[in-house]
Amino acid sequence: MRISVKGVRGSIPTSGADTSYYGGNTSCTVVSEKDCFLVLDGGSGMQKVTLPAAVKRVDILLTHLHLDHIQGLGFFSSLFNPAMEVHIWGPASATQSLHSRLSRYLSPPLFPVLIRDLPCQLTLHDIANSVFEIGPFTISSRFVIHPGPTVGFRISGQRSVFAYLPDHEPALGLTGLLKDTKWISGFDLASDADLLMHDAQYTTPEYNNKIGWGHSSMEDAIQFASLATVRHFLLTHHDPSRTDELLNEMFADIQKKISPPFPIELAREGMEIELP
Amino acid sequence: MASYEIEIILNRQLADCLSIPVFITDTTGNLIFYNDPAEMILGTRFEETGEMKVETWSTIFKPLDDHKAPLPPEQLPLVKTLNDQHPHHKTFWIESLKGTAEKISVTSYPIIGRAGKFLGAVAIFWETKDL
Repeated sequence: MRISVKGVRGSIPTSGADTSYYGGNTSCTVVSEKDCFLVLDGGSGMQKVTLPAAVKRVDILLTHLHLDHIQGLGFFSSLFNPAMEVHIWGPASATQSLHSRLSRYLSPPLFPVLIRDLPCQLTLHDIANSVFEIGPFTISSRFVIHPGPTVGFRISGQRSVFAYLPDHEPALGLTGLLKDTKWISGFDLASDADLLMHDAQYTTPEYNNKIGWGHSSMEDAIQFASLATVRHFLLTHHDPSRTDELLNEMFADIQKKISPPFPIELAREGMEIELP
Repeated sequence: MASYEIEIILNRQLADCLSIPVFITDTTGNLIFYNDPAEMILGTRFEETGEMKVETWSTIFKPLDDHKAPLPPEQLPLVKTLNDQHPHHKTFWIESLKGTAEKISVTSYPIIGRAGKFLGAVAIFWETKDL
């Protein structure tokens, strides 16, 4: 299983020399195995996704429909290719279909092209606490704590598991992250994963002023990863205000405080990770 | 065991922040969480007991009607909610741990998740002096 990171920024894209190392594009990661391609989230990083010419199907898995996770959709070339079969999977809402909610963005005045006018062969799938198969992948989606319908994904390939929860606040509550894992949002998705990519937008003091916003502190995210006994952890959804220098300082500080028994890294645009 | 759905988790997190007794059950009535104020009613701590089977925790309360006669379980709000997945409210008496009868009101509501699935129920106990 190959993981190609295309966007790691939260909230809004940033650009400039001071964010060039970690990258300024918002959430997008490609997972591939055996010529099957999954695109996780359609943030601005999606404009960097290119597929081999022989690929005739691509699946886009949206964790939720906040703008930083869908703003790249309209700039994804496969949507404009009549020969391409495109499937978009996104969290079900109690009131409106995925099609109806995506149409709010993919329509004038926000976007010049309507969903129905996209030339590709498009199929939309509303998902909840679901299990579905795409090519060699078995994918579990579960609702997780974040404002509005939001899912996380557990992607099982032939030999490895990748868990993806870019926007997630499992520590929401009076006493933070509970130790009984039955009571932890998203735990089943991350449990024993070979690689976890998880929200870590804030420092602990910042998080204390942003409880309920749907994001995690680095400390809580590492604790979540530790409880889930993952084998490798990528911190993502970097705050748009963070320069590369700031991120490095924050990461060095957190490593002094916490040293889990697995490698942890800040997710970076352009990262390529090969899982067994 | 698999983790609870977030609708259940969020109900627990809310209950944790309230100063009124709150009980959360699964769809069959097993008590999966009760908050600190509820511990005063049960006489036990959640940290000590953990979850309780319906047959265990339902015997702790002795619900009574206005004539101090035993109230059948099917007349209790939480039991009704578990049966019909609708909210209910009732004022009645319970025999306290001290052996005295206290008048309380109970509000119960079903937890219906995003996917429209019935996931459990919540019972809130109100002391009548607060009403």
